[in-house]
Amino acid sequence: MADNATAPSGAAAAIRGADPIDVLVIGAGPAGIAAATAAAEAGSRVLVIDDNPAPGGQIWRGGGAAGAAGAALRRLAACGAAVVPGTAVVSVGPGPAVVVRGPHGADERESLVRLAPRRVVLATGARERFVPFPGWTTPGVVGAGGLQALVKQGLDVAGRRVVVAGSGPLLLAVGELVVQRGGRLVAIAEQAGAWRLARFGAGLLAAPSKLAQALSLRRAIGPVLRPGCFPIAVRPAAAGLVVTLRAGGPGRERDTELACDILAAGFGLVPNTEVARALGCRIGAAGVWVDQWQRTSVGDVLAAGECTGVGGLEKSLVEGRRAGLVAAGREREADRLRAPAHRARRFAARLERTFALDPRLATLADDETIVCRCEDVAAGRLRGFTGWREAKLLSRVGMGPCQGRVCGTCTAVVFGWTCDDVRPPLVPVPVGSLSMAPER
Amino acid sequence: MKVAVVGAGIVGAAAAAALARAGCRATVYEARFPGGGATAAGMGHVVVMDDSPAQLALTARGREVWESLADRLPAAAEYRRTGTLWVAADDDEMAEAEAKAGRLAATGIACRMIDARELARREPALRGGLAGGLLVPDDAVVYPPPVAAWMLAEAVAAGAVVHRGAEVVALGESGAVRLADGTVFDADVVVVATGAAAAALVPDVPVRPRKGHLVITDRVPGMVTSQLVELGYVKRAHDVGTDSVAFNVQPRATGQLLVGSSRQIDVTSRGIDEAMLSRMLARCLEFMPGLGSVPAIRSWTGLRAATPDGLPLVGPWPAAEGVWLATGHEGLGITTAPATAEVLAAALLGRASAIPVEPFRPARLHSPGIRHESN
Repeated sequence: MADNATAPSGAAAAIRGADPIDVLVIGAGPAGIAAATAAAEAGSRVLVIDDNPAPGGQIWRGGGAAGAAGAALRRLAACGAAVVPGTAVVSVGPGPAVVVRGPHGADERESLVRLAPRRVVLATGARERFVPFPGWTTPGVVGAGGLQALVKQGLDVAGRRVVVAGSGPLLLAVGELVVQRGGRLVAIAEQAGAWRLARFGAGLLAAPSKLAQALSLRRAIGPVLRPGCFPIAVRPAAAGLVVTLRAGGPGRERDTELACDILAAGFGLVPNTEVARALGCRIGAAGVWVDQWQRTSVGDVLAAGECTGVGGLEKSLVEGRRAGLVAAGREREADRLRAPAHRARRFAARLERTFALDPRLATLADDETIVCRCEDVAAGRLRGFTGWREAKLLSRVGMGPCQGRVCGTCTAVVFGWTCDDVRPPLVPVPVGSLSMAPER
Repeated sequence: MKVAVVGAGIVGAAAAAALARAGCRATVYEARFPGGGATAAGMGHVVVMDDSPAQLALTARGREVWESLADRLPAAAEYRRTGTLWVAADDDEMAEAEAKAGRLAATGIACRMIDARELARREPALRGGLAGGLLVPDDAVVYPPPVAAWMLAEAVAAGAVVHRGAEVVALGESGAVRLADGTVFDADVVVVATGAAAAALVPDVPVRPRKGHLVITDRVPGMVTSQLVELGYVKRAHDVGTDSVAFNVQPRATGQLLVGSSRQIDVTSRGIDEAMLSRMLARCLEFMPGLGSVPAIRSWTGLRAATPDGLPLVGPWPAAEGVWLATGHEGLGITTAPATAEVLAAALLGRASAIPVEPFRPARLHSPGIRHESN
């Protein structure tokens, strides 16, 4: 693991010790690690912050020393960048400065710290998109990424019946993980149709590493993969859950009931753009808008990886590296990576086309289906509003601790609303910490 | 009578309902959606205030109407009679509390003094060493946005017409309004109920924005019982020219705490002023140290409509034919909206009012010699 990934106790000192900072990398997933490594190896003073307890992001969570994750983390550890996990952005400004809540986030006696780097690389990643359907808040139903994280943190799925449903390549990875850990994978319901998946698979011929990955996955999960199929309801049963899956196009629907213990439902990823929006960065259709140099619309703020558009590991690595090089003033080196970056972008676009959501998914929630879990707001309460803000004020949707990060993805799918208000604190912070002027 | 009401905040919505019930043909023009401005930004504290006899009359009548509505309000209004506990830090403030108790009691407002021991028992989250306080048990808290929507629905039920997404950009001759899309609607009278934005439609109107910050916390049910306000609030809130903060914490029905308050005159940017936010929270921690460990989950700002004498402007504006005002409520728009509607309807229709209408007439603050350049 990264030797300089400081334990929480020494992390506040690490934040303070990192001054002055040439490049602040926000997010220590693959894109952030690549950016930090590239910038630090180019001679910049780099600080990486991440709100998780350890670097690696979602995909390399608990990744250990093996494979690409281990290599990237070892290189990060050796490059001289300071890495401070458990640290989240609370507010921004002036300029590219950000105010962070230190690793003692729960301690109200600790003040916030203002970091004033010369440049910022946003590598804030993506989060799971949820689609509300009747029963989706029943115990035993988790997100697909959620199950992946739980299993990596030690949840035992051996012998348990698991249905994975929703959309996107993550479903396959989760299915594979369940099989590896001795779980009984009942089905993977992928809402994208078979022909779209086939075309996507054919496209992979142009990307050998992805093809190899796809083929290895296929052996494990191929037999249970159900394309063109999505969950329309789930209910508790005497033992476990009963999931109703719907297949077939409009007018030709066929519903099947499956028994399971765990339903992992995730409908792709949406970019995390809160920090970018707080900084005033333009947001495009796919995520944070960036130019050919990974620069956002705001001076000295760059962005890389999933937050600029969901495209997977290779996109994150190449964009992160380019952003780190540009942030360190090595545009020429970054220029050499234009072709792979371009390919990664094209792959992202293909992902988006392949896994575009079936419009019927927007109609699954009935009036009683909970949309906002923090505030217990059901879909029936949300009909008839003009937009997110009105709905929020009159129904309390999005007013809980998650501040719309979960239900905002639901209302985007069901109602087409965008929740665009970002205000400090971007993450919950003890009142005591907010009551003090930030350090520096 | 044909009346155009501009703005469907709680004041405009209440006015429209009162006018429609009184037989006027009321049409409401709302630029966005009902209750989305200061109505949504405020605390929702229904409180009797006694800075002046007129303020006491208006807030007491407002609270009385709120009580009469309580059973009919939608559940989302979260109307709860939590009472207000005016917290006295020292003996001077205790003396102030007693004087306040005398003034309230003289108008029949129930209240009683609380000593240091009872204060500690009732509100254990307050720090030790406070002198006591004054409890006004019939004050309440409410979540205003659904109330504005409900009042507007009441107006519609009484015959009013509501135009949403209808931004009024100018007032024409005697009661006409012009929308952003160029449409002109005629009326006999136009009532401007756009809060701190009134000056955009009515030049020289003596209303200035006074920005406030609020923070809401995660759920900590039972931590606070009554709305807690420091007695110093009144003197701090009075001095219009200076930025000020005061300890003001409200228990929401959800178990969350709403934490305020701050005042900054003539600041119109809606962004969070971090220094002001910190100062406000530090003031609150002086009274409630345990609040420090409670997670703050969201903050926002709003613009109060402040007038030079601390009273709202309710009535005809002498400088413009057919233009009536219902604005300038500063921090008391929620409390006084129902009473404002009564005053407005009584003045407009020449009927009897539950409280005197004179103290609120905008003419008191109109100096004919001073004219806006564009007039």
